[in-house]
Amino acid sequence: MATQPDLAAKSETDAFREEVRAFLAENFPEELKGKGNPMAGVESAMRESDAQKAWREAMGARGWGTPTWPKEYGGGGLSRKQAAILNEEMARAGAYNPIGGMGVMMFGPTLLEYGNEEQKKEHIPPICRGEIRWCQGYSEPNAGSDLANLQTTAEDKGDHYLVNGQKTWTSGGQWADKCFCLVRTDRSDKHKGISFLLIDMDTPGVEVRPIQMISGMSPFCETFFTDVKVPKENLVGEEGQGWTIGKRLLQHERTNLSGGGSTARGMGVSLSNIAKKYAETDENGELVDKVLRDRIADFEIRWGAFLLTARRATEESKAQGGVSEISSVLKKLGTKLGQERSEMLIEIMGLQGLGWEGDGFTDAELSGVRGWLFGKATTIYGGSTEIQNNIIAKRVLGMLDHQ
Amino acid sequence: MAVLNEEQEMLRDMAREWATHESPVAAFRKVRASGDPKAYDEGAWSAMAEMGWAGVIIPEEHGGSDFGWLSAGLVVEELGKTLTASPLVATTIAASAIILGGSDEQKAKYLPGLASGEAIGTLAVDEGGRHDPAKISTSVSGGKITGTKRFVHEAHAATMFIVAATDGLYVVEAGDGVSISDRKLADQRSHADVTFDGAAAHKLERGGDSLLEDVLDRARILTACEMLGMAQAVFDTTLDYLKQRVQFNQVLATFQALQHRMADLFGDLAMMRSAVEGGLQALDAGFAVPRAAAMAKAEANRVLHTMSREGVQLHGGIGMTDEYDVGFYLKRARVLEASWGSTAFLKDRFATIGGY
Repeated sequence: MATQPDLAAKSETDAFREEVRAFLAENFPEELKGKGNPMAGVESAMRESDAQKAWREAMGARGWGTPTWPKEYGGGGLSRKQAAILNEEMARAGAYNPIGGMGVMMFGPTLLEYGNEEQKKEHIPPICRGEIRWCQGYSEPNAGSDLANLQTTAEDKGDHYLVNGQKTWTSGGQWADKCFCLVRTDRSDKHKGISFLLIDMDTPGVEVRPIQMISGMSPFCETFFTDVKVPKENLVGEEGQGWTIGKRLLQHERTNLSGGGSTARGMGVSLSNIAKKYAETDENGELVDKVLRDRIADFEIRWGAFLLTARRATEESKAQGGVSEISSVLKKLGTKLGQERSEMLIEIMGLQGLGWEGDGFTDAELSGVRGWLFGKATTIYGGSTEIQNNIIAKRVLGMLDHQ
Repeated sequence: MAVLNEEQEMLRDMAREWATHESPVAAFRKVRASGDPKAYDEGAWSAMAEMGWAGVIIPEEHGGSDFGWLSAGLVVEELGKTLTASPLVATTIAASAIILGGSDEQKAKYLPGLASGEAIGTLAVDEGGRHDPAKISTSVSGGKITGTKRFVHEAHAATMFIVAATDGLYVVEAGDGVSISDRKLADQRSHADVTFDGAAAHKLERGGDSLLEDVLDRARILTACEMLGMAQAVFDTTLDYLKQRVQFNQVLATFQALQHRMADLFGDLAMMRSAVEGGLQALDAGFAVPRAAAMAKAEANRVLHTMSREGVQLHGGIGMTDEYDVGFYLKRARVLEASWGSTAFLKDRFATIGGY
């Protein structure tokens, strides 16, 4: 039996749902229905259609693209429950969140935790409005898995830092307005010599070169810094605190990269439905190739168990507050399964699933191939699977030297 | 771990406390040494029944606590960790058959005894070594049942059997027309072939055409809970061992080859836990149970299989000795993997449910 407070809470929830529906009816452009925009917040705003722009601005003005962020910095200020309602209603209307990218997924949450008041006021609102694109200046040619070996230096010049060095695998660097960067402020200590610095990409001395990948795409760049002057107020936290802040940001990144975050929840059509289209079925609609059928079931069971794990991690982190080292487990599991799915798609479609270009292939087939190749990055970036295994073994399982 | 309510946390803590102190693996060693074919300690079972564990899924009006499946699963998981030998899983599955398929009279007659632990029930379906509910020849004519069920769990102590016959599920009480022949399996628990030769059989009329499959889904999920506890225990024990054992002047836990294997097992264990808890939650919600059950036990089979093999390997030679516990888990693991559906069986079922 519902008690009085329950009823009050219910009517509040209903009222919010009504508000969301009215907002969507008024602001979500019909022509964008069911389309989504995975490059929102990554690609240049110049590429936006009028409808995409209008939708981004409407959501940005409400702060609903970053629904749970504080209202004072331009976020939606919603409770988790309200954010869930917003998601449900957007899904119902075929709408997508037009505010995305690294500013939302990684940098924003980290700056809210570690930035000073001025920095939050300057940088968070444009992220909430989807106006500023951020890129990540972490990896270097000699600092991949051994990230703390980074050598890009920021030299103290009194009122500014002078930055010299090279970053690589800068995702979306060619479109980014700003870069959150790990730089070396002290050569005497590997970890404590690292600082977290914000750099404007149009500062003189910054040069970006896209890298062509096996997928044929160029989502990553090399970024060169030559005598780049960066104002002192762009330092986040203290000098030497960069490794701590940088690692925290990686936890946000991993949660999103696992596919357990908001990025790839649906993963589109199930493998079994695709297989029924491409492979022979019997009169009951069952796949005739029983070995393939078994392999699909095997995958779908594990994929289902992974989705439940991602959901469980969300529920647990709600109880404990914030992301945790479990993000390493999710990243490791989700990326491996995602790659396995891509490989299974090819197995199901045969050569029709390996099309590079031309009219003989559907858009879905062609993007499947590019996704398969691009997906090889997922177990390498954001801390490779091997690095996640180290983190799990040492930090979660306590497999250390001093026992 | 699923987010629990206060009642569930208390129940889990109580079960953990009891299993750790009153029923460690050493208790199972004693049971084994006694040679008693029913293979559990009566005092331990009375204690469990007194704490209400036999009645967790049984409605209050019939003497249970009606705490639900997630609660039942928590207790079974804790007992699985220490390989506690008891008819709890078998009895709970039998009770679920009566709850789903029994008439009001049958519920009133059987459930209070099962809830108090005085009656012991078990499910008898398979007529061969491989789980195959489509292959049943046991039949009932004029209220008398004839046929033989193989490898029935907890058969020695059972006071009543839930028996699958060609035309449905029946309750058969132990006694005249029921004979038991030992089948000692590697896990050294109670298993037997049960022959019904004209015993009185009472049909479970409710529950519809899917009654047998619905009961089997409950058996799959609850068995997966025991397996989850076992997998967790093997993982914890192995991790402890790796942190203690020194070779090449180093504890084994510092070797990266071993660290990465443990990280893999940790990820697998997380998936298994999610799938098993997902099964329990599906039962409590009464939604999409067949799919959740196939997923729960398929994951339980996959992960416990790997875990029990790796557990022995990572312990090295001493893992193969009777003195260490890890081998006991290996033997029990295979028995449970084969019960109510092998991995191949469950994948086939999962695909069929998914319409491919």
